[in-house]
Amino acid sequence: MPELIAKPALDHAPLIHGACRMDPAELGPITSVALYPGQEKAVAKVLKPLGLSFPAPNSLSANGPVQLVWTGRDQAFLIGGEAPEFGTAAATTDQSGGWAALRVSGDAAAEVLMRQIPLDLRAQAFPPGRAVRAPLGHMSAVVIRDEAGFLILIFRSMVRTAWHEIETAMRSVAARV
Amino acid sequence: MRIPCPLCGPRDRREFTYYGSDDYLNRPSPDAGEAAWDDHLHLRANPAGETHDLWYHEAGCAQWLRVHRNTVSHEIYGAELVAGRKGDAQ
Repeated sequence: MPELIAKPALDHAPLIHGACRMDPAELGPITSVALYPGQEKAVAKVLKPLGLSFPAPNSLSANGPVQLVWTGRDQAFLIGGEAPEFGTAAATTDQSGGWAALRVSGDAAAEVLMRQIPLDLRAQAFPPGRAVRAPLGHMSAVVIRDEAGFLILIFRSMVRTAWHEIETAMRSVAARV
Repeated sequence: MRIPCPLCGPRDRREFTYYGSDDYLNRPSPDAGEAAWDDHLHLRANPAGETHDLWYHEAGCAQWLRVHRNTVSHEIYGAELVAGRKGDAQ
């Protein structure tokens, strides 16, 4: 058997420019939960003991470190915990190795991210608890707002590019202060 | 130009890929005959005014949308999901 070595998607040190900070984020397991047609009630039953509910579009359901984040029609990602058995209510697939995450925080975080993500990310339009699918540059991303700032999920193979793109935006925003 | 995605909300049109007329949703039966298939595949109206067409929300929810818009004024009246439309097979 070959010996496999687990490597992080990003080994960058935290980056600070002006009032914005970016960190690589470790999320733990990620499981896609895709509802079978008409199984909303059955899924709600499975999620109830976990203290979660299936999120409406552009939102998430959280219980401590475990969150269920909307990622598409009848689909959500369970992040930070092992998936329960959904039986015939939903199809689950392990997405842990497919995604990497960045945390962007600080007073200028929204201003920085709005240079790459074509959405109004200011707090009044995009408050904590929002989770959307949106492009970051030309990359498909999941953008989550929580109390600590923004959590951005990006395809693992593209996360270094995303880091570079956001770093560029951080530098230009910081230079304008 | 912004398209009101029923799931994601109003988004820039560059997040979407255009496919064509919503005629593509009405597929003739396999034995409908050559004329029906020729019409389905090749014959399109080119309206000056209101039209319905298909757009794919590639950079968002990855859903097909049926968009109601105006080719003259560029006004967009609305968009609905193709998935789960009444009368369509799932």
